[in-house]
Amino acid sequence: MSVLLLAEVNQGRLATDAVAKTLSALSPLGEVHVLVASGDSEAAAQEASRLQGVSRVLMAQDVSLAHGLAEPLAALIVSLAPAYSHIAAPATAFSKNILPRVASLLDVMVLSDVTHVHDAETFDRPVYAGNAIQTVVSADPIKIFTVRTSSFSAVGEGGSAPIERTDAVADPELSFWVEDVSVVSERPDLTSARVVVSGGRGVGSKEKFDMIIDLADRMGAAVGASRAAVDLGYAPNDWQVGQTGKVVAPELYLAVGISGAIQHLAGMKDSKVIVAINKDEDAPVFRVADYALVGDLFSIVPELTKKLEKQFS
Amino acid sequence: MKVIVPVKRVVDYNVKVRVRADGSGVELTNVKMSMNPFDEIAVEEAVRLKEKGIVSEIVAVSIGVKQAQDVLRTALAMGADRAILVDATSDVNQDIEPLAVAKILARLVEQEQPDLVIAGKQAIDNDLNATGQMLAGLLGWGQATFASEIKIADGSAIVTREVDGGLQTVRVSLPAVITADLRLNEPRYVSLPNIMKAKKKPLEERTVAELDIDTTPRLKVVRTIEPPQRSAGVRVSSVDELIEKLKNEAGVI
Ligand SMILES: Cc1cc2nc3c(=O)[nH]c(=O)nc-3n(C[C@H](O)[C@H](O)[C@H](O)COP(=O)(O)OP(=O)(O)OC[C@H]3O[C@@H](n4cnc5c(N)ncnc54)[C@H](O)[C@@H]3O)c2cc1C
Repeated sequence: MSVLLLAEVNQGRLATDAVAKTLSALSPLGEVHVLVASGDSEAAAQEASRLQGVSRVLMAQDVSLAHGLAEPLAALIVSLAPAYSHIAAPATAFSKNILPRVASLLDVMVLSDVTHVHDAETFDRPVYAGNAIQTVVSADPIKIFTVRTSSFSAVGEGGSAPIERTDAVADPELSFWVEDVSVVSERPDLTSARVVVSGGRGVGSKEKFDMIIDLADRMGAAVGASRAAVDLGYAPNDWQVGQTGKVVAPELYLAVGISGAIQHLAGMKDSKVIVAINKDEDAPVFRVADYALVGDLFSIVPELTKKLEKQFS
Repeated sequence: MKVIVPVKRVVDYNVKVRVRADGSGVELTNVKMSMNPFDEIAVEEAVRLKEKGIVSEIVAVSIGVKQAQDVLRTALAMGADRAILVDATSDVNQDIEPLAVAKILARLVEQEQPDLVIAGKQAIDNDLNATGQMLAGLLGWGQATFASEIKIADGSAIVTREVDGGLQTVRVSLPAVITADLRLNEPRYVSLPNIMKAKKKPLEERTVAELDIDTTPRLKVVRTIEPPQRSAGVRVSSVDELIEKLKNEAGVI
């Protein structure tokens, strides 16, 4: 039995951390082949071939695959599917767009955000914003699922899997890329950062959100946000942590001016250490916080930034 | 142009669900049920497109238990023109899988011939995030998921999507399936007069048998448990104490 892992490529670079974590979820299932399909796949395929537990890299390169559009990618995966017992990918916006389409084309179900693989047909996944965990047995001939990367540790490098070219299939030309708007930053990636500092509605404005960013930069952390902070324009959408945003599990998560709605907790409650800073001592976020600091964030955050600065210098 | 909006009846987003001690599932008796929030956003978008004169008819569809009538009435009160309830189970504990839902919707699409389906991106009960994509696959239509903006022009939809790196804009030829994300719009509150009016709008009942769709589940939920609970930690009284604890006790800085 072989497993096909759909990898994400951004501007020619492999989403290595996500692929490496997904590999540790998939390795017990059998031989893993990584599909690197984009407009510019060479370097990403090389990178994938070095990850441990990869037995083959399938490399497809075509303009139709350049922007992660679901229709041509799903068609490609469907063409490869007969050789596989499982098709999986990290649970990202990229794969959640594609894999359910693949599943319906193959007349099978899809499982999202798998957190534990028991055996070839039995998987755990969270439901109800992580307030319950289901163990699910699939009767489908091909199992298709996305993997919640925060539940797995990354495999290392040192492999040297062969790279095989595979052809893109004809683009169904149902949708067309117009533009990507993304801000490239030097900060660590939210889903793989060791420390995450998140701000909520309590921060009050986009200008004041700089205070959260300063603290994060001081700590070498990624910046996160609650839905309210994103809705209000304090932070971009890709910083949202939660049930319907990103799921993170860093060593340290600081929640600043965030009340702790279940939808937010769903995205961060597996963090190793949680610190909450909130002026309301009854805020639900304190029920999951290891360290609770009750007070005004506008005095606490600058003080924290300053004192950490002192420590590091 | 005609739009179909599928809506699901789910546990209200304000309810913290309780997992049954015997592992058989989540307690659904005497729990407040509402329209899935993402579906509300989808209905709102369809209504706004109608108010702009782009859409002429909105059909809301719900698949599940008879009680899903409630969410269809809400959709009608928001501005949908008519509703279809597909009676798929009498057991409130049975979640109809996205693949089966997509097949039922595909059959209704054949019959209704809409130009667009706007669905919520994810149901907040099973959190699967799959139905819209599956429907697009079955129909051979294009898809634009996680939409935060929709513009309709010249037989296409220009859709801005919320993706992991920021925003992506795609143009998808109609007919197509679009799934709604949180920031697409803010759904209106339904007014009492509109609730009254909605009672007179047509709500048709159909059955899975008559639509001839096999809804046999592919997945078997063998156990549902509570996740490990975190307990509240300690209160620190100053920034200095916090730094000290993070350094010496937690060892994370
Ligand atoms: C379908 C759906 C999906 C959702 N998905 C997500 C998701 O993925 N992620 C997410 O985060 N939310 C999500 N939500 C929203 C969620 O329900 C909450 O509304 C949101 O998380 C609240 O954000 P917040 O904590 O920043 O704001 P609030 O709840 O308003 O909390 C603000 C907090 O700031 C504190 N505060 C104010 N001023 C100060 C000060 N000066 N100093 C210190 N503290 C202060 C207040 O005491 C309060 O606790 C979703 C909701 C729905 C319906």
